[in-house]
Amino acid sequence: MVERIEELRRGAEAEISSAAGLDALEELRVRHLGRKAELTTILRGIRDLPAEERGRAGAAGNEARQALEALIAARHAELETSDLDERLASDAIDVTLPGSPSMRTGARNLLMRTMREVEDVFIGLGYRVMEGPEVELDYYNFTALNHPPGHPARMAQDTFYVDPASLSRNLRIAADQATPRRKAEQAGGGLAPERETEHATNGILPAGPEDVVLRTHTSPMQVRAMETREPPIFIVVPGRCYRSDPFDATHSPMFHQIEGLAVGEDITLADLKGTLDEFARAIFGPERKTRFRPGFFPFTEPSVEVDVSCFACGGSGALADGSRDALCKGTGWIEILGSGMVDPNVFGFVRDHGYDPDRVQGFAFGMGIERIAMLKHGVPDLRKFFENDVRVLEQFS
Amino acid sequence: MRVPYSWLREYCDPELAVDELAALLALRSTEVERISHVGPPSPDDFVVGKVVAVEGHPDADRLSVCKVETGDSTRTIVCGAPNVAAGQMVAVALPGATMPGGQKLGQAKLRGVVSDGMILSEAELEIGDDASGIIELLPAAFSARVSGATGSPLEATAGAPGLAPGTPLGEILAIPEPVLELEVNSNRVDCLGVYGVAREVHAVTGAPLAAAPWEGDAEAKGAGVASDYASVRVEVPELCPRFTARVFTDVEIGPSPLWLKARLTAAGQRPINNVVDITNYVMLLTAQPLHAFDLDEVPGGELIVRATAAGERMTTLDGIERSFDADAVLVCDRNAPSGIAGIMGGQVSEVSESTTRVLLEVATWNGVNILRTSRKLGLRSDASNRFEKQLHPELAIRAQRIASRLLVEACGAKLVPETIDVVGEIPAPHRPRLRAGRAEQVLGTAIDTDIAAGYLERLGFGVEREGDDLIAEVPVHRHFDVCREVDLVEEVGRIHGYDEHLPSTLPGSAGQAGRLSREQALRRRAEDVVRDLGFDAVTTLSLTDPAMPSRLRIDADDVRGAPIKVSNPLSVEHSELRTTLLGPLLDAARYNLAHGAERVALFESGRVYLAENEPATDGVLAGRFAGGRPAPAYEPHRIAALAVGRLMGPSWADPANTGRAAEQVAGAGFFALKGALEALATALGVQLRVESATEPFLHPGRAGAVLVGGEPAGWIGELHPLACRDWDLEAAVAFEVDLAPLVAASRFGVESYDDVISYPAVRQDVAVVVADEVSAERVRAVVLEGGGELLHSAEVFDVYRGDQIGEGRKSLALGLEFRAADRTLTDEEVADRRNAITEALEAIGGSLRD
Repeated sequence: MVERIEELRRGAEAEISSAAGLDALEELRVRHLGRKAELTTILRGIRDLPAEERGRAGAAGNEARQALEALIAARHAELETSDLDERLASDAIDVTLPGSPSMRTGARNLLMRTMREVEDVFIGLGYRVMEGPEVELDYYNFTALNHPPGHPARMAQDTFYVDPASLSRNLRIAADQATPRRKAEQAGGGLAPERETEHATNGILPAGPEDVVLRTHTSPMQVRAMETREPPIFIVVPGRCYRSDPFDATHSPMFHQIEGLAVGEDITLADLKGTLDEFARAIFGPERKTRFRPGFFPFTEPSVEVDVSCFACGGSGALADGSRDALCKGTGWIEILGSGMVDPNVFGFVRDHGYDPDRVQGFAFGMGIERIAMLKHGVPDLRKFFENDVRVLEQFS
Repeated sequence: MRVPYSWLREYCDPELAVDELAALLALRSTEVERISHVGPPSPDDFVVGKVVAVEGHPDADRLSVCKVETGDSTRTIVCGAPNVAAGQMVAVALPGATMPGGQKLGQAKLRGVVSDGMILSEAELEIGDDASGIIELLPAAFSARVSGATGSPLEATAGAPGLAPGTPLGEILAIPEPVLELEVNSNRVDCLGVYGVAREVHAVTGAPLAAAPWEGDAEAKGAGVASDYASVRVEVPELCPRFTARVFTDVEIGPSPLWLKARLTAAGQRPINNVVDITNYVMLLTAQPLHAFDLDEVPGGELIVRATAAGERMTTLDGIERSFDADAVLVCDRNAPSGIAGIMGGQVSEVSESTTRVLLEVATWNGVNILRTSRKLGLRSDASNRFEKQLHPELAIRAQRIASRLLVEACGAKLVPETIDVVGEIPAPHRPRLRAGRAEQVLGTAIDTDIAAGYLERLGFGVEREGDDLIAEVPVHRHFDVCREVDLVEEVGRIHGYDEHLPSTLPGSAGQAGRLSREQALRRRAEDVVRDLGFDAVTTLSLTDPAMPSRLRIDADDVRGAPIKVSNPLSVEHSELRTTLLGPLLDAARYNLAHGAERVALFESGRVYLAENEPATDGVLAGRFAGGRPAPAYEPHRIAALAVGRLMGPSWADPANTGRAAEQVAGAGFFALKGALEALATALGVQLRVESATEPFLHPGRAGAVLVGGEPAGWIGELHPLACRDWDLEAAVAFEVDLAPLVAASRFGVESYDDVISYPAVRQDVAVVVADEVSAERVRAVVLEGGGELLHSAEVFDVYRGDQIGEGRKSLALGLEFRAADRTLTDEEVADRRNAITEALEAIGGSLRD
């Protein structure tokens, strides 16, 4: 009996292992384990066997049955998988086609992006971001920044004046409200005439503090900020500025600046250097350093022009192939911004707000965002920023 | 300012190569724009020659064949100049010489005769502009050079002994002559004079500085005294702090000596005649401009300095008739204006070939007034460029002295004794104190007091010690620039050298964390969301064309129709400030479509500028800025988006490409854009509503007002076909929203947890049939009202019109979500609410469809 069981088992195992499909496998299951299968019949008849055979035959039969069930299950899983594989293979797609529908994100504007990068460097250094008006009083744009009426530096920045008739009367300020600079404070004093009463409506001097301009720099916010926050103050001021420079590769009547102002009791020119070194490393690369040269701005003293070591040639002035570096014109340095220690005369305008020129000191700087972006990304012409050609925009994600 | 290096070295010779000096000046003194060169690049093969014989050329009438001694030999040189003559000393370029233009000279055959060199003209050597003939080197041409090197007033530095044939030309002329082109800051008018630059070189390098060229004066040998010849009346002393005049007789007008011509040419001035050249030379040396009158053309020798009368006219030296308002200052003779003070002389009293008596004016003008007049006239000159930066009255006498010596020496003039000097009070020198340790406090690096004193002395300050403090008397050439302690700190610091000595440190604690304000952070979020939805960020100009409002069909009584105007625009198209972001976006869209784009989706985050429009909210996004004085205009920050064509980029799976029909929904573009606007609102945590409204530039049936908290915050819509036509667009959709109300209403960052998990919601769909003209928003509001507190949300998900619904009616399908925070709702409760909704809908003629 046991021999018969083993025989059946071997036969069934061979058939199951080579079953070609799920249907065939089911047929085999019915044939070998179904109600009418011989093995089933044998197992049903075990109890009729002589007692001495019953044990061995029962064990062998059950073992055979379990083995075949397991084998069928395994073969079933095997066949199922290959069946699926076949079906999936026929469902194949070309995965190299582009995504659809297109989930295109827009282009980030390079100017906006650069502005944020610079803001974030200074936020990391403990600065807050303040913003000020672009249609601005002469008082903030010039007068309180130590440009007395008639000061030549006013003329250096070709200023757009705003037609007062196009402004709301309610927002104009009177000349006396603008507190013209006290004559005694004027550098050199004595030879400048008293201010005349006319308005600068055609861009010709003298303009008065009450006149309205399109701000020529972000610096007016220095004074506005100090009027509202006591020292210490650490701020940066991003924004649009305007000068009547015709469009060319490096000029535009509208451009962007970011201003910095740090005032406390013991902030030094060396601190400005350390701050700008940190800025240069963050924006232009870890090896960068800055260099100060004497400059002139009416609202800083001492004033410095700041160069950054050239990131194209590493400061050597020559490229890897030995040729002259065109970016820095072979000097190894690139001019990036103007800055200096806040002129005590500027503090004189906010003395009542906690800025006693004998007690506080600090630095200010201002940089052109277009210039930073042009240098960093090799943009050849400033006009590209305002053409808004999507073919250009899309290069900067 | 062009500074010929040879001239500079006469006063201070740093014994450095010119590029080394330039680098040093840039770091310690004044920016050097570039180094240029005049004349031959090398002195090799340029020599003095002596013409020993001149014969006509056998085959050319205009050429001569000359025998020229050049030291080592006698050469044959063919020369085309009409003035060549035997016995002349001439400048010769030998074969091998490199000419100023860079070409190398060889032996040349001229009409059959070999020329072994070239006799040179002034123009060929770039020491003057005379190309009509060769230079005759006269011993006198090299004398009478003003030098302070030995303290003697006048010295022949390269006289006759050098003029032997074969002498290298470089010994009597500066070859090569590099020129430092300085970019002088407006506070450093002293560096608009060669001696001022020399003083800086002295301060920076420590090389000795020659005595000032104004230290000696000419001997007055003329007859009588100046007041016998001339008189000066100054009617406007506040605009003319000083007017000095000297008189010269027996003046011989002629060309200037060669050295003078060479220097002027190198400095960028065209030589004219000896008198005019001397005035220019002295100006270039001292920064003080001068003006020479032909005294015989000044009736009665009478000069009057007065302000202009409005509408007054005169013709200036350049031959242009100019008119004035009431603020310019004129120098006039008895009859008429003679020149514009400090800017340009007039034709009437110009020095000419027949001049024999000269009145030399050296005045001090009010800088502000000069700047203003020069601006108004659009007339700038070398003189105005210096006067406008305010010169000290003391400089006038200095210039008179140098010019007098030169006029006597180079023009044979006789100086008449006495100087006419109309002068007010000369300002006393400033004497600021530099406290011990103060420089270190400001700079962050210590500078030894003795070293600091040394720097100031080299710069011309009179320095006294008072303990460890320094008292520095400011020299006249820095009077209007330096008057305070901090100014001294700058002088000391820059000469010490920021590049070498300034450490790199960071300020002590700011006492605050650096961060963006909430509104700045939310603005960044808003920008990022719109960008990520597929819109390209653009930056358009704030300056627009006056036609913009009318092109957008905006009326003048709309605040957006009355833009803020620039008084002095560069061009009409950039003369007003934008009142919408839409206009510039349309420009950008048209630009891109014209340059090959098939679709555009653009947005801008930026300000508009309005004369009137009191903001309802606070903060910089509303245009409320810090400061004691209000801003003169309103500058709300907005985000606007514009889409032309499909919002998403084209895809290979588009219906059009796959043959599947695209579903056409009226206003599909509008709703796509509204989806973007809603996404923006969601990202900011803001609930906004759109209500039907009109804007002049929008399709009247496809325009909406954007409401936040019931208050208008912007608009959205399809562009009006007429506006589209104006920008060559087929169709476009856009929105423009104020950021301030969005940020004010934002729940971002302040949301609180709501338990929507513990008790499940009951979701049901309803179909509401209403008349066509009832808006979806109205239906939704009524459903929400009827649903009461338990109805958590109701969203429209389908709109259906058809026969089953009936003419003039539509069916809106809404998904409802009922929930309670504290229990699971029963079927009865929900059924109850549904009944209430049905009742509520009756009020708007609506019904639930089964």
